Amino acid sequence: MTTITDPKQGQFRLSMLLYDSRYRAITIQIIALIGFLTLIGWLLSNTAQNLAVLSKEPSFSFMFEPSGYDINQRLLDYDSQDTHLRASLIGLLNTLLVAAMGCVAATIIGVIIGVLRLSPNWIVSRLTAVYVEGFRNVPLLLWIVFTMAILIETLPRPSAFRKGEASMSLWDTVAMTNRGIYIPEPLFSRSLGDMHLLGASALRFDVSLDLLALLAVVIAGFLTSILIKRRADIIQEATGLRPRTWHLRLGVVMLPFLLVLTILGFHLGYPELKGFNFRGGIHLRNSLIALWVALSLYTGAFVAEIVRAGILAVSTGQTEAASALGLRPKRTMSLVVLPQALRVIIPPLISQYLNLTKNSSLAIAVGYMDITGTLGGITMNQTGRELEAVLLLMLVYLAISLTISAVMNWYNQSVTLRER
Amino acid sequence: MKKTVFLGALTVAGLAAGVSAAATLEDVKARGKLNCGVVTGLVGFGAPDANGEWQGFDVGFCRAVAAAVLGDPKAVEFVPTTGKTRFTALASGEIDMLARNTTWTLTRDVDLKFEFVGVNYYDGQGFLVTKDMGVSSAKDLDGATICIQTGTTTELNLADFFRANNISYEPVPIETNAEGQQQYLAGACDAYTTDASGLAATRASFEDPSAHVVLPEIISKEPLGPLVRHGDNEWEDIVRWTLNALISAEELGITSANIGELSAAPGSNPEVNRILGTEGNLGEMLGLDADWAKRAIMAGGNYGELFAKNIGESTPIALARGLNAQWKDGGLIYSPPFR
Ligand SMILES: N[C@@H](CCC(=O)N[C@@H](CS)C(=O)NCC(=O)O)C(=O)O
Repeated sequence: MTTITDPKQGQFRLSMLLYDSRYRAITIQIIALIGFLTLIGWLLSNTAQNLAVLSKEPSFSFMFEPSGYDINQRLLDYDSQDTHLRASLIGLLNTLLVAAMGCVAATIIGVIIGVLRLSPNWIVSRLTAVYVEGFRNVPLLLWIVFTMAILIETLPRPSAFRKGEASMSLWDTVAMTNRGIYIPEPLFSRSLGDMHLLGASALRFDVSLDLLALLAVVIAGFLTSILIKRRADIIQEATGLRPRTWHLRLGVVMLPFLLVLTILGFHLGYPELKGFNFRGGIHLRNSLIALWVALSLYTGAFVAEIVRAGILAVSTGQTEAASALGLRPKRTMSLVVLPQALRVIIPPLISQYLNLTKNSSLAIAVGYMDITGTLGGITMNQTGRELEAVLLLMLVYLAISLTISAVMNWYNQSVTLRER
Repeated sequence: MKKTVFLGALTVAGLAAGVSAAATLEDVKARGKLNCGVVTGLVGFGAPDANGEWQGFDVGFCRAVAAAVLGDPKAVEFVPTTGKTRFTALASGEIDMLARNTTWTLTRDVDLKFEFVGVNYYDGQGFLVTKDMGVSSAKDLDGATICIQTGTTTELNLADFFRANNISYEPVPIETNAEGQQQYLAGACDAYTTDASGLAATRASFEDPSAHVVLPEIISKEPLGPLVRHGDNEWEDIVRWTLNALISAEELGITSANIGELSAAPGSNPEVNRILGTEGNLGEMLGLDADWAKRAIMAGGNYGELFAKNIGESTPIALARGLNAQWKDGGLIYSPPFR
């Protein structure tokens, strides 16, 4: 005789979908999914239908038409007869340039400020706190526009240099004007020339053979330097004495490098005032500087907080144990604290890099010709292909972001704790 | 941010169907307001005055259409648009018409799917430079930094002009006229280029206009005119014939001073009578009432009055009629007949 009756098996009523907790979750999910798909479907069909009414069937052929407009900052050759595709590529490179410059600068600023914020010195820690809060709490767009305004309004115009009201800085090598900063450029009087790749296509580009030669020499130098280190390690293990190698290791990298520079006839080209503007040298435009500085300072504030959190996350016991073992403070930092802190720092750092890259699309505010300014700006406007241009733009940003994530995740994996 | 743009684009497309399928006239009447796209601020053509009221040559045309359709020249919602946002605003139905010194080109007419209802200002692209630069011709601008509004025809002309003359320049892309003015005055660019009328208007707003000159070269044709979306011919007709009414009114001597008298009873000129609705049923054909053109002309005066009051020689902008004189006076302004 049993007092407990088994639940009746196999009896399924529709109401159970809602009242039975075993099914409810699934029911809700399926309903939500259907709703979501309907919404997407509606958006898509609506778009297609409405574009058809406007007789604007989606087409990407406009990308292969001549763009007709000029771009001031070009990392590759480009003129107004090139296609919209080429213009987009120029814009993409500008996006990548400012993003890369921004990520590097933001990391440096962030690490320095993050460490300083933990400083026992009251003034230093306060000042860095003011920096962090100031930048984190004011919209980035304002910082970009503000930096641009400072550059335009405070630096002298090129005409002031002609009239002698302003002069070049750093022994006449750098010109700071309100149109940007001109710095010396590397030139080779016995240049090996360029290698033209991909013919006349929209993706064509040149590779400087001088650069390749220098790279090859440097890489070879580093490899030799590693060999020397290995040898020193072996000697140290065998005899306990480590031979002095730093001068050798420096020499194998630097001497061939300097030799190749001399062979190629390396010299610097200085900016010179000619006509309306400075010519020669590398022109860092206002728009690039404003965007770069603002992005770096803004993101740097976030990175500083991440670095600070990372260091604080390593328990003080670690530091104490390290010093009990006799490690000096600098070694404690580099051998014990930082490797552990990195594990905490990297994942949020990835999202800061992603943010910085996406935020670089605010370039439009200062007329920096990034991909939002070319493909998503002028091209979209002159061709009237809003939908296509925005879709392409989204794909591009998605691809950049996924790439950054992948690289950083790979790096993260290489520093995570490996349990044995 | 990207996502919003995408959703925006989808909604744009979504809205567009709703709008172009339905009659714009009905929408405007139901709303009781005309949504008119104008510049973000270009004194003489369209800018809010000290009281926040929009004034200007293009603004006056918006008011004339509102008066014709809704009976009230004040029933206009002015939507400021930049060179870049104007077409999306029109295509999406956010505005019913665009009156914003916009050049009539084949691409805009055919590929971007708009309809220009006529030309209200025949213009061309010029260059504004400071006098002390000592430049007398645009061809002397080799190597100059030039401010240029993006999303405009002027941006494309600029590229063509320098290419054709085989000289170089550095473009500084800007978004609005105000931004261009600021950069130009700060010396971040040597020259500012856009439609000559826009340059005159911009120069007039400088502290010391006499320190700046507009170079003699006009490097392009810029017929500026109001436009509407492709596909709603009834609305297009209304906007087109409102412009023609203003132009014909000047030609036939109908002014805001004498219009009350002329419209009181049919007079001796049959075309005047037809325009003012004292004869015939032209208004009815347009789906409006008999007084439509009378109200449009009363809103700000005829074409000549609008011109003189906003950009004419007695204003700081001081534009001569030139090409924009009536055909009878040797200009290009010409309206088809009202019959
Ligand atoms: N006509 C040219 C240029 C029109 C244009 O953008 N003009 C400028 C300068 S006159 C303007 O109206 N700016 C006013 C503003 O930025 O709101 C076009 O249609 O593309």
